[in-house]
Amino acid sequence: MEKSKTLEKIVGKFSEAVIDLHSQLGYDTVIIAKSALLEVARFLKQDPELQYNYLMDLTAVDYWKRTPRFEMVYHFLSLKNKYRVRVKVPVGGAEPEVDSLTSLWPAANWYEREVYDMFGIKFKGHPDLRRILMYPEFEGHPLRKDYPIQKRQPRVGPK
Amino acid sequence: MEIDTKGNMQTGFFTSRIDKMIGWARKYSIFQYPFVTACCGMEYMATACAHYDIDRFGAGLPRFSPRQADVLFVVGTISQKLAPVLVNVYEQMCAPKWVVAFGVCTCTGGFYDDYATVRGIDHIIPVDIYIPGCPPRPETVLQGLMLLQEKIQNQRQEV
Repeated sequence: MEKSKTLEKIVGKFSEAVIDLHSQLGYDTVIIAKSALLEVARFLKQDPELQYNYLMDLTAVDYWKRTPRFEMVYHFLSLKNKYRVRVKVPVGGAEPEVDSLTSLWPAANWYEREVYDMFGIKFKGHPDLRRILMYPEFEGHPLRKDYPIQKRQPRVGPK
Repeated sequence: MEIDTKGNMQTGFFTSRIDKMIGWARKYSIFQYPFVTACCGMEYMATACAHYDIDRFGAGLPRFSPRQADVLFVVGTISQKLAPVLVNVYEQMCAPKWVVAFGVCTCTGGFYDDYATVRGIDHIIPVDIYIPGCPPRPETVLQGLMLLQEKIQNQRQEV
């Protein structure tokens, strides 16, 4: 299968950071190293030809017992070209941390807070990284695969 | 209080009559506070409207401040994050007060066996009547209401 223009450009510019890439059902996916995330995102957004100016979605997946354990998933849309691209970033370690995209897309702010809340992945450079859905006293990160299903949280009294 | 020949403590004729009379008055003048959070609210509205008409039981005037209410109707799922609010509402009510758990989510948590839901509101406030069902039919609610009236009638009345 021939590579789309987006993938070709990414491979051409960040050849050492690209781990894998594929195109399925008209959806381009590129898996890149964590260290290059901010640069790739900036390139996708600011390249005059590509112009991926819209951050559609930002989430994470917990592949328990795999190394690296987590994978960040970003979906970008180019409103000009009507192209979409999916960028995945494997993140691992006891304290998973990845660069924040809030400097490029302010919309990333709440998405990243949600990922932090549910998966416990920290974002370097995030202006206000705290829980967004659960309350501050909540213990653990509920969408992690090793979160105990029967766990009860401490009761929170009236403030 | 007098002690009879068998040594049992007995309340006097007059006290027990007063208790009965106050109970009778209280059970037909229920001012409820509906704490509605979820789909059970539709069934609560159906019960309150003309077709089933809880006004027949003297409970037709919901108060929208807990400070004016006697009975707290907890209608719908209570999440961990909402629990302090519910406790706050309960503590604002003046005695004598009763609590009705309306629907299976408030009774036991229902099928929300997850990290976010309180597994039954009796973990956080005392409950007088449990009305199960998902959601309970209006007939079930009316039966619960009559059981509550019975309870109010037969209990020792604090004045």
